[in-house]
Amino acid sequence: MSTFEALAGNEAVATAMRQINPDLVAAYPITPQTSTVQKFADFVSDGLVDTEFVCVESEHSAMSACVGASAAGARVMTATAANGLALMWEIVYIAASNRCPIVMSLVNRALSGPINIHCDHSDVMGMRDAGWIILFSESGQEAYDNLIQAVRIAEHPDVLLPVAVCQDGFITSHGMERVEVYDDPDVKAFVGQFKPQWSLLDLENPKTYGPLDFYDYYYEHKRQQVDAMEHAQGVIMEVAKEFNAKFGRDYGLFESYRVEDADVAVVAANSTAGTAKVVVDQLRGDGLKVGLLKPRLFRPFPAKELADALGHLKAVAVMDRSISFGAMENAGPLFLELAAALALHGVQMPMADYVYGLGGRDILPGEIESVYRDMLHAAETGQVEQMVTYLSVRE
Amino acid sequence: MKELTEIRWHGRGGQGVVTAGKLLAETAMGAGQYFQAFPDYGPERMGAPIRAFTRLSSRPITIHSQIEKPDVVLVLDPTLLGTVPVAEGLEEHGSLLVNTSMSPAEVRKATGFQTGRIFTVDASHIAIEEMGREITNTPMLGAFARATGLFDIDDLAEQLKAWFGKKITAEAVEANVRAMRRAAKEVVEG
Repeated sequence: MSTFEALAGNEAVATAMRQINPDLVAAYPITPQTSTVQKFADFVSDGLVDTEFVCVESEHSAMSACVGASAAGARVMTATAANGLALMWEIVYIAASNRCPIVMSLVNRALSGPINIHCDHSDVMGMRDAGWIILFSESGQEAYDNLIQAVRIAEHPDVLLPVAVCQDGFITSHGMERVEVYDDPDVKAFVGQFKPQWSLLDLENPKTYGPLDFYDYYYEHKRQQVDAMEHAQGVIMEVAKEFNAKFGRDYGLFESYRVEDADVAVVAANSTAGTAKVVVDQLRGDGLKVGLLKPRLFRPFPAKELADALGHLKAVAVMDRSISFGAMENAGPLFLELAAALALHGVQMPMADYVYGLGGRDILPGEIESVYRDMLHAAETGQVEQMVTYLSVRE
Repeated sequence: MKELTEIRWHGRGGQGVVTAGKLLAETAMGAGQYFQAFPDYGPERMGAPIRAFTRLSSRPITIHSQIEKPDVVLVLDPTLLGTVPVAEGLEEHGSLLVNTSMSPAEVRKATGFQTGRIFTVDASHIAIEEMGREITNTPMLGAFARATGLFDIDDLAEQLKAWFGKKITAEAVEANVRAMRRAAKEVVEG
């Protein structure tokens, strides 16, 4: 049995953390992640978890504490956003290269400056190359579900990589929705016990973490991170399959919403995907063959599967909630990556990028509809009018 | 009921606007409906005009944009009428529910909202009499339930009791329920 609760996304995340009952949480509050840490601190004070909650003086220290505890063999979680993640930066890479299966709730928020506390994806896009597995969540429910799965993914012996579970700052983190909360024993049984293979505290089998590693072995260690990433995708699907069977969900590498028989599709992550589904249904009602592809897994990037899912389309648009400044056409990272994926897998079609919603700028169904109209036109003419559009910006 | 009802709340920081939106959402959940409740994500300051939003539906809600054209607007603070464009974007045949001692006709004149339904209730007065404090969110919920017919008053009373639970005294819970029921009786349309 599960229960339905009215929870904001951050509360859903805190609930998952309570059920997971990690050995250690080290976190520093930052808007719009704060309510997760607050709520979890309540659980600690109320004795509902056994977690050692480390109140640190900065995010750099938070991630450092996570790395130390993880190396010691603890199950470790943290939560942050935007500039908090930026302050962790150095240790974010160290966590991945030490193969620490840390799970992070990342509430996506614009990186300063100018100072902005609202949603965009500039924070997570900065950690693209850091060696973390990255999952997107459309809603509080998905943030909750993904966090539970993230523990299993991170700790899998073939993976041992940190995982960041994203959701949109304020939009879902502070938006209260109906969330199905599974029974504690079911969640606990699903995540199981963490059995560290490489504990620093295993004195019978001494280990070394974080030594100098020059031209003799550094490169091999980086190559091993690649191996772990290569294993991750299969593990993510295995874990999803088990989760879906147990909890009645339908998680995969991405969600394909009415794409199978579509002429054109939009690719959009996190909460905007939900708004786009409404637009898809409206346009389908008008007889237009449109679909939505919602990435769940961003790292590792499932290039071939995406190419397979989109290959039959006549045009595709990507919606990017961040800009890769100075990259090709000053496009967004999701577009650049998808364009490369389609090209490498022999898929050719008109493609366009729509940057939107920076710093929390609202994205309305009408704006998403305009993207679909552009793509339907591109499907007819065989070319896009403009490769990168900054949607609804004052020029 | 319409498949999707979109509601905008106006009030001032500290008046329980966000709480009211959440209460309504929880009531919807109790009635087996889907909902979203979200604040207008600005910095909140005591006394400053603030907004909150609620969506109610019989089906799962995936839209995550803000509400531009609400079906119902609730105004918790009567002093906002001349300050904030409370009827902005309100659906042509939507409903405007205001906490005020003014009549619906006076509110129509003050807001310029000509096409839809207007409801008024003196929730401040009710709150002071029943609860001893001008906390208008629970009486406004009662008026909302009666005006829109979306919720049963008894269900709402149960929800209030469950929500407040042990957070406030049993007497305070009862006062909230009384204020809610009284506002449901006293709300008028014009």
